[in-house]
Amino acid sequence: MAVAEMGRDAALAVVQIYRTGLKYRPSDKRGKLTLSTALSFVVAAVIALPVLVIFGFIFVPTGDIWSHLASTVLPVYLTNTLLLGLGVSVLVLMMGVGSAWLVTMCNFPGRRIFTWALFLPLAMPAYIIAYTYTGMLEYAGPIQTFLRDTFDWTRQDYWFPPIRSLGGAISMLGLVLYPYVYLVSRAAFLEQSICALEVGRTLGRGPWRVFFSVALPLARPAIVTGLALALMETLSDFGTVQYFAVDTFTTGIYRTWFGLVEPAAAAQLAAILMVFVFILILLERMNRGSKKYHHTTGRYQQITRYSLAPGQKALAFLGCLFPVLFGFLLPTGWLIKESFSDIEQAFDRHFPVLVLSSVSVAALAAILSLCIALMLIYGLRQDGHTPQKAKLFSVRVASMGYAIPGPVLAVGILLPFGFIDNSIDHWMRETFNVSTGLILSGTLVALLFAYVVRFLAVALNTVEASVETITPNMDRAAKTMGVTGLKALFRVHIPIISGSLMTAAILVFVDVMKELPATLVLRPFGFDTLAVRAYEMATDEQLAAAAAPSLAIVVVGILPVIILSRAIAKSRPGYTAERNKDPL
Amino acid sequence: MSNLVFKNVRHSYSRAYSVDIDYLEVGSGKLVCLLGPSGCGKSTTLRLAAGLESPMEGEILINGEVMANDDIFVGPEDRRVGLVFQDYALFPHLTVRNNVSFGLTHLSGSEAKARALQILDTVGMKDAADKYPHMLSGGEQQRVALARALAPNPRLILMDEPFSGLDVVLRNRVRDETQALLKEMGTTVLMVTHDPEEAMRMADEIVLMQNGQVIQQGTAGELYTNPVNEFVASFLGDVNRVPAEKTDNGLKTELGTAPIPAGLDDRIVSEILVRPEAIRFLPVIDTTQPTGEVVLSRNLGAFCLVDVQLPSGFRVTARVATVNQPEVGTKCSLSLNLTQVFVFPATSNGEKTDKPV
Repeated sequence: MAVAEMGRDAALAVVQIYRTGLKYRPSDKRGKLTLSTALSFVVAAVIALPVLVIFGFIFVPTGDIWSHLASTVLPVYLTNTLLLGLGVSVLVLMMGVGSAWLVTMCNFPGRRIFTWALFLPLAMPAYIIAYTYTGMLEYAGPIQTFLRDTFDWTRQDYWFPPIRSLGGAISMLGLVLYPYVYLVSRAAFLEQSICALEVGRTLGRGPWRVFFSVALPLARPAIVTGLALALMETLSDFGTVQYFAVDTFTTGIYRTWFGLVEPAAAAQLAAILMVFVFILILLERMNRGSKKYHHTTGRYQQITRYSLAPGQKALAFLGCLFPVLFGFLLPTGWLIKESFSDIEQAFDRHFPVLVLSSVSVAALAAILSLCIALMLIYGLRQDGHTPQKAKLFSVRVASMGYAIPGPVLAVGILLPFGFIDNSIDHWMRETFNVSTGLILSGTLVALLFAYVVRFLAVALNTVEASVETITPNMDRAAKTMGVTGLKALFRVHIPIISGSLMTAAILVFVDVMKELPATLVLRPFGFDTLAVRAYEMATDEQLAAAAAPSLAIVVVGILPVIILSRAIAKSRPGYTAERNKDPL
Repeated sequence: MSNLVFKNVRHSYSRAYSVDIDYLEVGSGKLVCLLGPSGCGKSTTLRLAAGLESPMEGEILINGEVMANDDIFVGPEDRRVGLVFQDYALFPHLTVRNNVSFGLTHLSGSEAKARALQILDTVGMKDAADKYPHMLSGGEQQRVALARALAPNPRLILMDEPFSGLDVVLRNRVRDETQALLKEMGTTVLMVTHDPEEAMRMADEIVLMQNGQVIQQGTAGELYTNPVNEFVASFLGDVNRVPAEKTDNGLKTELGTAPIPAGLDDRIVSEILVRPEAIRFLPVIDTTQPTGEVVLSRNLGAFCLVDVQLPSGFRVTARVATVNQPEVGTKCSLSLNLTQVFVFPATSNGEKTDKPV
């Protein structure tokens, strides 16, 4: 049913912002092979460049260094990465699916607030939550100090779980990544036929058994998608594991590049990491492709939520409070406390400069991504000749960057850019006896390129979903009324998509603000952003000084949370239907 | 075989009662249709019967056992009722056979399998046992949904618009098959529909609801020929509203005079309701009878709808067999079949009351 599909698409469009896949609707068959189509293939090729470079380096001999890596650190990277993935999976599944089911299907105090509050940890980058918990849980932190003071312990008297460990990294990543699973499972629970659950009840199964035998299997494809997203973020994480000194592929790439100065070996490690990423994407696609779980229904009904006993209500409340409290409220509170305990120092004269450079580079990247996304989408929409598959492929490649971990991206950009820079410099010196220095790799060009590669998918998905709502028939209707070309653009297209363009820009903007590893590697000398400063201060054991820039990033990070929760609230068909209406 | 009883059941989602039933009984082995317009509370009534909603007041009994009252509430999993939805709500992740055996948890694996196949055989879907729901047509899905509901031997089958998902051609066939099967098994059925024709075609008894209340319960014939108020009369079929004047001899209208029903007393009547088939065409012009001119004649197959304009300019619609279809422009005399004429009193401000005469 159309209405149902629209609702689902609206929900998924938002969810897909964080997805790499993209589907392309067959468009108007008329039109000619345009320049823009050719251009879109070029854009796709340029975006694919870093990954191609990385895989190209597989064939570059690196001699001893590779066997050295393989015999020493590689097993560690592999084990840690796998354990990290496993631990994060367990955590995000428990918190994400559990809380989604509770707020969707049960009645308990605070349910409405939790519905959106559970998104909040999305605003918290993993590396920042890692700093806050280190600040809170380390030896000199408030909790251990309190314990020692209260029980009169000394260092030898007690054991305290070390936060800077694999377990700590798992907890941190789990706490900020579970919203991906929450997001998709909530959407899945909302869209599944309530009738199916009710039939299950009348067939003699209680609420719990219906959950496991009907609701969970139906939501499985969505949950796997959310899990894949969370795992991709886990694989890309650099800040947390680096700070906690947990050796994974991302830290390994960084260290091989900067510590050992072995670009080829770093690229080869990056290639291995990319294989992991591709396996994830593949698994997710297979999972979606094989699902026969298509709804046999198009009918949506007001959800009758389970009423819980008082004890169950308290448990449900605590169950939802836990992730919000530990994933957002507590760390944010700590950041606020630390930032304002010494305002003078926290917001010193460097702070406005940091904000300015972060905001300007993020805004620039957002505008660039948006322009490229619009060009791609409209270019392909107007072209009726190029086979659908080719178009789909170019868009898919262009949005692939989101899956590339920051350190991999940095290596994949520095290698070719450095080569180009050196070639130009070499040629200029030979020909004109002038040194051009690093034109690409040492400037904002490399950084902006990295941002666009990484976050173009966000802009593409949002713009595409919105342009899709303008059907070819709308264009035709406008045409029959004499509104064509630019007029149609201003009177039909822009009014319809302007909201989404804004959303896309904000999402890219915020993602850039939060980005750490690529910025760290690619930024021009002396160019500091909030994320970089927070990282530097934290690694320098000056956690208090890291608080203010971290807080700024978290505050900006709340923007997409608001956008997401609003879009999701509107997504369910019949959401606004009055309660007293007969469900028919 | 069991019966279902509602006693003083009230339920609401907001301030107004969406269900306000003093008494409703679905007799053992009967197929009863809950009929009414959108939002009349019929679906909520069904959900109350299934245990998917708990009534705010009153008592619901199945087979004399209390299912819900002020102290007791039996959940849907313990009521032993079968439920069939408009969209069938088949479990897309299970095969047809596993859908049907979903409710057979009290049986061992092999017993459940045998029972599922047996009931699938009954509905003619045995060959599709290993298919998945999305591989079936709408009519087949409907049959599987019915089989799934019937498999655990429920005391009662509840159906919520079970045929509205089917296209017109298929609908009548599936309806008849379903009815025959349910009758053969002697199951007690409560079915919700908004389609009066469907209700009249299938039901042993029709319960007509409006604003959460039961307006009239009876056989199709009773409701059609003896509606308790104007709402019932017009919901079950077309009516002409002919202006009437109360005189000592009866209710005088342009179509003739209808007798004043007993019990009308001093209450005002401003119009009478006339079914289209109550207006008959006389073979020859008879000036002692009301006479008019045919202004519109629509052929609907077996019969025609003919609009006749009377001298005052008032138009009535009559239903005649197609073989007798008059042509537009012909003059004709009419007579009225008084058994298909209904009279309900108006209130002082001109609105009709719901009180039967």
